Amino acid sequence: MINFWGYSISETRSINYDKNDKAMTEYIAATVPSSKLCIGCGGCTAGCTAGNLTDFNIRKVQMLMKRGETKDAKEQLQKCMLCGKCMLVCPRGVETRKMILEMLNFIKTNQKLED
Amino acid sequence: MYYDHFVLPFTIGLITLLIYLCFKYYKWIKSFPREERKKIRKGLFSLQTIRSGWEIFRESLLHHKIFKTNPMLGYMHMTFAFGWFLLIVVGKIESMVYHTSAFNPPYFAIFFRYFHPANETFPYSETFAFLMDLILLFLLIGITLAITKRFYSRLFGMKKTTKQRAYDLLILTVLWLIFPVRFLAESFTSGLNGGGSFLTYNAGNFFGSFLPLEHLSYPAWWVYSSLLGLFFLLLPFSRYMHIPTEMVYIFLKNWGVKQGREYNGYSEIQVNACSRCGICINTCQLNSSCDINDIQPVYFLRRIRNHEPLSKQAENCLMCGRCEASCPVGINLNAIRQSQRPDTIRVVKDTYAYVPEPEVKRAKVAYFAGCMSHLTPGIIKSMQQIFEKAKVDYSFIDERAGICCGRPLALSGNWQAAQIVMDKNQEMIEASNADILVTSCPICYKTFKEDYTLKAQIMHHTEYIEMLIREGQLKVNNMDVKTVFHNPCELGRGSQIVHAPENVLKQVSYKITTVYDGKKSLCCGGSLANTAIDSGQKTKISGDTVKAYTAYHPDVIVTACPLCKKTLSKTSTEIPVKDIAELVAEA
Ligand code: SF4
Ligand code: SF4
Ligand code: SF4
Ligand code: SF4
Ligand code: SF4
Repeated sequence: MINFWGYSISETRSINYDKNDKAMTEYIAATVPSSKLCIGCGGCTAGCTAGNLTDFNIRKVQMLMKRGETKDAKEQLQKCMLCGKCMLVCPRGVETRKMILEMLNFIKTNQKLED
Repeated sequence: MYYDHFVLPFTIGLITLLIYLCFKYYKWIKSFPREERKKIRKGLFSLQTIRSGWEIFRESLLHHKIFKTNPMLGYMHMTFAFGWFLLIVVGKIESMVYHTSAFNPPYFAIFFRYFHPANETFPYSETFAFLMDLILLFLLIGITLAITKRFYSRLFGMKKTTKQRAYDLLILTVLWLIFPVRFLAESFTSGLNGGGSFLTYNAGNFFGSFLPLEHLSYPAWWVYSSLLGLFFLLLPFSRYMHIPTEMVYIFLKNWGVKQGREYNGYSEIQVNACSRCGICINTCQLNSSCDINDIQPVYFLRRIRNHEPLSKQAENCLMCGRCEASCPVGINLNAIRQSQRPDTIRVVKDTYAYVPEPEVKRAKVAYFAGCMSHLTPGIIKSMQQIFEKAKVDYSFIDERAGICCGRPLALSGNWQAAQIVMDKNQEMIEASNADILVTSCPICYKTFKEDYTLKAQIMHHTEYIEMLIREGQLKVNNMDVKTVFHNPCELGRGSQIVHAPENVLKQVSYKITTVYDGKKSLCCGGSLANTAIDSGQKTKISGDTVKAYTAYHPDVIVTACPLCKKTLSKTSTEIPVKDIAELVAEA
């Protein structure tokens, strides 16, 4: 659907923190400490190369990951081109690019364990 | 027949070593990709082989490049390598003159003093004895220096000597003992039977005055032979493997063998060719600015060799290429590092399928700003002004729906995903039907040149501006500003573009000559290649870099890369940082 108004409304939904898998969240908090500095300003999303072309929102991926909604984050993540613009614009010095790489690493290692 | 049992340790050691080396090199070369192996067959009977011989003489023996970096260290390496070489060659000639045949066993020349009865003279025997003593003295001085270096490494301009493990210490001791023991063996024999020259003859007489030489001389030869044999046996598993391997590498390099993306036998040869000279430690800014001391090539290659875990070290590198540019062996350090980064992105059919079909205006010149340039609109605006001033028919191809060039993906090891992005980008560039592709980003430039197969001529904007000025299409004025030039890693060292930016800068400003010009430039610290350091450490590097340039009191720090500009601007609070295109647009 063409986003005619330039903004959209998120569906109302509830999050079940207990059911969610926080393994990735903990892993990222440990490997990319700067991810805790995020204030959710959305600067990363505004400049994102991939986000410019498709509905990919790196701020949101970050948020999903932190809530433990790993599955959604995983799917989204494949769209990133690792160009690093998000990291450069971040006013808080969050290493978003490294965070993405670490999420990918995490997914890869865990996939191997599952297989 | 000249023979004694004591020659056995030496002979067995030497033969074992030679067999082992042949086996190893054969195995490594066999693992090269087919095209690379073809180059060997082609190169073997070409001029390059002779050139390699010369390079081996210059680098493996005289250590000319180490000399240039650090004369003291060069002298030390030279006395060892060249001294030993001379000892073998002159010794061999001496033995041939005496024996009047080239076909004496190899040990004969090595233990000549033992086999040769001193009272029997032969043509030039005095001269030979003198030369051999001189060379031995030369070597003994070298060893004294090496031992001193271990204790006072600062004297040699090195902050740290490379850390060593027990095995390396063992072989180092063996190596250090070889020549003093040879000196003793020869002196003892001279003291007993006469012979020798200024060094061993006099030392022999001196030792004879208080030592029972008749009991010491023969065992000394045994020890000497055993040390040599032991050294040969230990060599393949120690850093001294670099001695034969560097020579093999020089041949392969000159025959045009290239290090690809994969880690293969050629990488293995390079890893083994590292002499652990430690020069790469001092050129690395992670060392000088952040005190990170375990990732430099000397350590990293050793990890690869010893099969130690290295994923952390593989990520912690700016890929600035400063070490590669200063490595006297010329190892492809960046490529080898990159080959150790894992490919983590799962590539499926619809990876990046969201990228739209290219829709670009056709023109003679395609301008690809690069995604980083979109964060520095000043660069883009300046380039547009320049195109318009020069009346160029151009098309700004990544103005709206541009994608990344793919190099950041590749730098992180994700070659498969990178290839998809590259293919899509290539399609877009070709849709413009341009003859010339101009880019403002050196990162893009490098990958366009190396990883894409484009028909268009690829130019970085510094090259393009230089051409416009040269051909009179663009008029510029020399402004009254003092500038220093920060050549981006990916442009100067990475893509060999040195003269174009400097020429342009000299035409629009007063360019101050610095020690960081050309391929000696510093890294801004903002490199995407390093994911291990945090933003504080990056700031520290860029701060130190700015400080180094500020020492020249420029009015402007000029660079030619959006990423460098962004990184340096953050820390350069007093002096403005500009891209060369911005300066040209003003001029
Ligand atoms: S720009 Fe930085 S602070 Fe803002 S949302 Fe993105 S990561 Fe968080
Ligand atoms: S690295 Fe990924 S998330 Fe960040 S700007 Fe580039 S495409 Fe977007
Ligand atoms: S990588 Fe090169 S510079 Fe570094 S220690 Fe090895 S030979 Fe020396
Ligand atoms: S490429 Fe740069 S950061 Fe990496 S080891 Fe070499 S000098 Fe250090
Ligand atoms: S190299 Fe950098 S600036 Fe150039 S397109 Fe790729 S990510 Fe963007």
